Amino acid sequence: MKIVLKNLSKIFPAMGKKNKDVVVAVDNLDIEIPDGKLVGLLGPSGCGKSTTLYMISGLQKPTMGQVFFGDDDVTMLEPEHRGVGLVFQNYALYPHLTVKQNIMFPLQNLKGAEKLSKEEMLRRAQEAADLVQIGDLMERKPNALSGGQQQRVAIARALAKAPRVLLLDEPLSNLDARLRLQTREEIKRIQRETGVTTVFVTHDQEEAMSISDVIVVMKKGVMQQVGEPQKVYDDPGNLFVAQFLGTPPINVFNGKISGGDLYIGDEKIMEVHAEEADRPVTVGIRPEGFIPSEDGVLSGKLRTVEVMGRDCSVVFTNESSQKPSVRAIVDSDIGARFDSTGLVRFNLKRNKVFLFEAETGERIRF
Amino acid sequence: MEDNKDIIQNNDVPERQPLDRKTVIKLNRDIGSKNQLKGWLYLAPALLLLIIFSFYPLINTFRMAFLNGYNGLAIVGGESFNLGVENFKTVIGYVDFKQCLKNTILLCVVTVPISTILALLIAVALNSIKPLQKVFQTVFFLPYVTNSIAIGMVFNAMFTRVGLGDLIQTQGIINNILGLFGIGPFNFVNVGSSWGANMFVVCTYIVWNAIPFKILVLLGGLQNVNKQYYEAAKIDGTSKVRTFFRITIPLVSPMLAYVIITSFIGGFKEYSSIVGIFGEGMGPGGNGQMNTIVGYVYNMLPKSNLGNASAASLILFAIILVVTAINGYVSKKKVHY
Ligand SMILES: Nc1ncnc2c1ncn2[C@@H]1O[C@H](COP(=O)(O)OP(=O)(O)OP(=O)(O)O)[C@@H](O)[C@H]1O
Ligand SMILES: [Mg+2]
Repeated sequence: MKIVLKNLSKIFPAMGKKNKDVVVAVDNLDIEIPDGKLVGLLGPSGCGKSTTLYMISGLQKPTMGQVFFGDDDVTMLEPEHRGVGLVFQNYALYPHLTVKQNIMFPLQNLKGAEKLSKEEMLRRAQEAADLVQIGDLMERKPNALSGGQQQRVAIARALAKAPRVLLLDEPLSNLDARLRLQTREEIKRIQRETGVTTVFVTHDQEEAMSISDVIVVMKKGVMQQVGEPQKVYDDPGNLFVAQFLGTPPINVFNGKISGGDLYIGDEKIMEVHAEEADRPVTVGIRPEGFIPSEDGVLSGKLRTVEVMGRDCSVVFTNESSQKPSVRAIVDSDIGARFDSTGLVRFNLKRNKVFLFEAETGERIRF
Repeated sequence: MEDNKDIIQNNDVPERQPLDRKTVIKLNRDIGSKNQLKGWLYLAPALLLLIIFSFYPLINTFRMAFLNGYNGLAIVGGESFNLGVENFKTVIGYVDFKQCLKNTILLCVVTVPISTILALLIAVALNSIKPLQKVFQTVFFLPYVTNSIAIGMVFNAMFTRVGLGDLIQTQGIINNILGLFGIGPFNFVNVGSSWGANMFVVCTYIVWNAIPFKILVLLGGLQNVNKQYYEAAKIDGTSKVRTFFRITIPLVSPMLAYVIITSFIGGFKEYSSIVGIFGEGMGPGGNGQMNTIVGYVYNMLPKSNLGNASAASLILFAIILVVTAINGYVSKKKVHY
């Protein structure tokens, strides 16, 4: 079932006596989440991701705007009637109940025509548990489980009642790096197997990129860009999105357009449209956009070369860079030729170079 | 490849014995025991005080209880006593004591559940409101910081009739209120009042007096419950009643257990509230019909009948021990820590 958010806003009243400012947690959000897809809601801490999720679930009511499930306006519907499964940031497993009882809890709430027999409940609970591969932990209490297992129990609990929508709030944030990698693949698998429309909140761009069909990038409550992860990565709409996506992050330079050409420092990097007005611009270059070359257009002073197997990072300094150092990722057989002194020169892949307005950060297409 | 496997398997690593539960517990304990000496050292000052002011009197109580006919005055006179259970026999044989026992048990059985349930309901209600929560909290807590004898006297004033026969000036505020509904007047606490009426007044008082502390403890427990459990329950469409019984109660069960155990203990030691209402006579006109076990012990003391008093104390101790053990057993099954 598709989810549509229409002009959705959440404004919290001012807190405390001294603080008169209201908090605009979510600002005029317009998103359509296609049926059966896994959507990653991505943004830095405090940008309104959880708030958006809570509004979809119904735990919080929007200040303005509407939420649609399919064609139904559910804005004013209580959470229990929405048929959503929610996995909380810290799982919220009932500590006094066993895994089995936790998973069965939502099923036992069903009333009237939906009421299930004991056997049916057990069967569905076991099915959900098997799906997330915790079928053999059914009699344990949550505090006797590892973080990853708890997370899977939380997902099983959300899935057992066959929700129309599955909402996950940073479910991997408590896990170690390895488990995180493993469980995010599992989430993807579970989502594929069940085909349930899923919204996945995270502030980890890599996580979002790797499992989402569509990502939504947010900043301070405002949606920045929506699209397939690769498309957003390859074609960021503004500097924020470009900086937020990608590890290592994009390298940002102060540059200028002069006579239709792009300059970083004194070096002419490439031609842009002749009709572009002369002005300062911000230049973003992806780490993988550098090609080492004797007669390269961009130069820098070599700092270090970090060899990481398949490829290596060349770290160098450039006066116009906004950060102290610039990081380029090149094949290790090319990188190995750098020694630790002197100048390095690079040619640039045109599709890895992005221009933004210096003031607003808006993308300049060329 | 095959050879490699063999080498690894033929290694002479001693096979680890399968460990059973007991061995594991013992192993873990042994590791902890190295720190025990230090622990005792730290405890020493407190322990010394405990020995002087708690353990010695405790042991002395046992001694006095098991010396036949032990009497504080007589021992000064150089009399000596034989070991035996005469004191217990005497105490149990007293009609007075049976009355005290009956009163005490009834007070506990009636007031503990009522006050606990009321306190839980009030705490839940308090926890769910935002405005005025602090004000209500203070109001509900006031009785706790007020002297129980003083409150007892106020209760007495509320229930008592002033004047006699034709000269009755007031029936007491409670009777006056009941009178508005055409009920009563009852003789709650005056001379000639029935045991049942007295019991009603005392129970009301104890419940009222016990609630504040319980509210405080339970409210603390409730406020510690992660709100997300309720949000999760809400998403899953859990009814209010089910949320209360399946989530709230289990999650505050440690506090509930604490409150129930302490109020049973307090209930068995009930004394001052009855003094507050009836005076040291422990009943209307000092007839002692509301006396409790502790009251009985105190009655023995002026007569220097320390043997009987000690025996009665030990009986009370045994009762409290049994009740607490039952509480502990039940909470082990029902309480989630
Ligand atoms: N109940 C509230 N009252 C006032 N402000 C709130 C409330 N809840 C959230 N906010 C504010 O709204 C903004 C968005 O919060 P939200 O929890 O949605 O962030 P988030 O994107 O989920 O962040 P994180 O990644 O850290 O979880 C924050 O600035 C936060 O301080
Ligand atoms: Mg959040």
